[in-house]
Amino acid sequence: MSKTLIALTAALTVGTAAVAEEVHVYNWSDYIDEELLAKFEEETGIELVYDVFDSNELLETKMLAGGSGYDVVVPTGTFLQRQIMAGSFQPLDKSKLPNAGNLWDVIQKRTDVYDPNGEYSINYMWGTTGIGANVGKVKEALGDDAELNTLSLIFDPAKAEKLAGCGIHLLDAPTEVIPAALTYAGWEGGPDDKSDEALAKAEEVLSAVRPYIQKFHSSEYINALANGDICVALGWSGDVLQARDRAAEADNGVEVTYEVPSEGALMWFDQMAIPVDAPNPDAAHKFLNFILDAQNMAAASNYVYYANGNKASQEYLIEDVIGDTAIYPDDATLENTYTVTPFGPKEQRSLTRLWTKIKSGT
Amino acid sequence: MRRLILIAIPYVWLLALFLIPFVIVVKISLSDTALARPPYFPQWDWSLGWAGIKDFFAELDFENFWFLTTDDLYWKAYLSSLRIALISTLMTLLVGFPIAYGMARAPEHWRPTLMMLVILPFWTSFLIRVYSWMGILSQNGLLNALLLGIGVIDEPLIILNTDTAVYIGIVYTYLPFMILPIYAALEKLDGSLLEAAEDLGCSRLSAFWLVTVPLSKQGVIAGCFLVFIPAIGEFVIPSLLGGSETLMIGKVLYEEFFSNRDWPVASAVAVILLLILIIPIVLFQRNQQKQAEAEG
Repeated sequence: MSKTLIALTAALTVGTAAVAEEVHVYNWSDYIDEELLAKFEEETGIELVYDVFDSNELLETKMLAGGSGYDVVVPTGTFLQRQIMAGSFQPLDKSKLPNAGNLWDVIQKRTDVYDPNGEYSINYMWGTTGIGANVGKVKEALGDDAELNTLSLIFDPAKAEKLAGCGIHLLDAPTEVIPAALTYAGWEGGPDDKSDEALAKAEEVLSAVRPYIQKFHSSEYINALANGDICVALGWSGDVLQARDRAAEADNGVEVTYEVPSEGALMWFDQMAIPVDAPNPDAAHKFLNFILDAQNMAAASNYVYYANGNKASQEYLIEDVIGDTAIYPDDATLENTYTVTPFGPKEQRSLTRLWTKIKSGT
Repeated sequence: MRRLILIAIPYVWLLALFLIPFVIVVKISLSDTALARPPYFPQWDWSLGWAGIKDFFAELDFENFWFLTTDDLYWKAYLSSLRIALISTLMTLLVGFPIAYGMARAPEHWRPTLMMLVILPFWTSFLIRVYSWMGILSQNGLLNALLLGIGVIDEPLIILNTDTAVYIGIVYTYLPFMILPIYAALEKLDGSLLEAAEDLGCSRLSAFWLVTVPLSKQGVIAGCFLVFIPAIGEFVIPSLLGGSETLMIGKVLYEEFFSNRDWPVASAVAVILLLILIIPIVLFQRNQQKQAEAEG
């Protein structure tokens, strides 16, 4: 018995010693070209363990609980800022990130709101929150001259009522939908106003169209748009474009478009950061530096159809990505975007409560 | 000595897997939310010694439980969960009893196969089975395609994202938990009792009511508890199949924990849910005991 045990222990010790260096990356689902993962392993000899998540809340809970075991995570700007305040991340060692010079100042200026001077994070991808529409069905309901690039498709009760029959989905993310409702209403405090009056205004706008909204969900609209189950969704740029491509591939007669709303659109940023208790921060820096490489970053964008914060990568982007204003908006559209800041704990509670009230009527 | 160890095992099990986690949850429910890692205060800190422990307990209070009474959302969610769990338990019983009855009355050599068929769905992940209901119930889904195809309806039915879909999901998922205990009770039923009832002038129907139903009571009660208890805290089914207006305490708990990052209030919601569930669990336990005594 004890002999076996000793043999087993010996085998285990040898086994541990032989295991290669590992880095654990936790990223959004469908958010990278998997060939890049193999390339990283080949270049560095570090074994890459790649896991995915599909909501900021899930990631945040892991970050706040601590001991997640991940070396690199990818929260969105507002979530990143709060997690930095909670002490979840370690400052980046810039000397280990020689490729950081590739970053795009236009994007960095905007992400400085969340993480001044990029002390804790680098931008991975960014996008806008806008209108995904089933062109045929919207025109059928509203007439051939219906505009598709407007928030009124969702927030104007007269239009929403006509579109309700074929289905409207909203993101189940109050931090995205409330600013959009305030933008539509032309609220003088701006889309990022968190006062009680602003929330009351947003509630008024949303309650008026609530009967016409089929579902609040943050990913179902991709399939629903692609299959022609719904006609309008407030969604994330790349996700709607994915629906567009799926519909085109399925050749099911459904034409999906993504439009940045003319009233103004929310711009968001997914940032790569290293948790304070990362088991292997050294390998994490190597991974960040690998992603910061112009060609690697371009490969990722060319694959997922999201814009990135890497200036140098732009010369390697395919025309379908860099030339598509739904992905890389022109300067005028960029001017018309806004960013939001995180909610404090008290504000967050009123927001979630308001959201539950809007969704369930309770 | 050996006997003592044998008795101790279930208690250690209970202590490690139920009592200690529960004490931790109660502790968090008495704390305050904070922007920290983990996101609540106070934290247990051994290094501060006795004074630290005293300070720790001084910081705990029932504020979060008080908060739950100030907003009617929570009571509505508890009541709505109770209602959904009760209705779906009843529906599961209505569907499950005839199936169990049919199985118990089937020729003996069929029964293992029938039993297998009831258990078979467990071989597939619960999540995938609920997911596939989305494909069946959606507007362009299988059910609507079938009904439209045979001309029963002209317009597709809207079932997905409504309470109806939640009921379908719960009944489907928990049906085996209803069938198996009822089947076990019915299988033991002595057929000669029914013959005797008929000989004494009962019609087949009244023999069923007077003999079969009372003798299967224990199985029915066990089945109902096995469905009701998990259904009340159900989260996956209402969030996948239910609509935005489906209010269930599992969803409220999720939002407190993930959206509000308010672990203390989330823990308070969980503690209350547990207290609500303890009542049926105690009733169930007592019922089991009575049955054991009756048989013993």
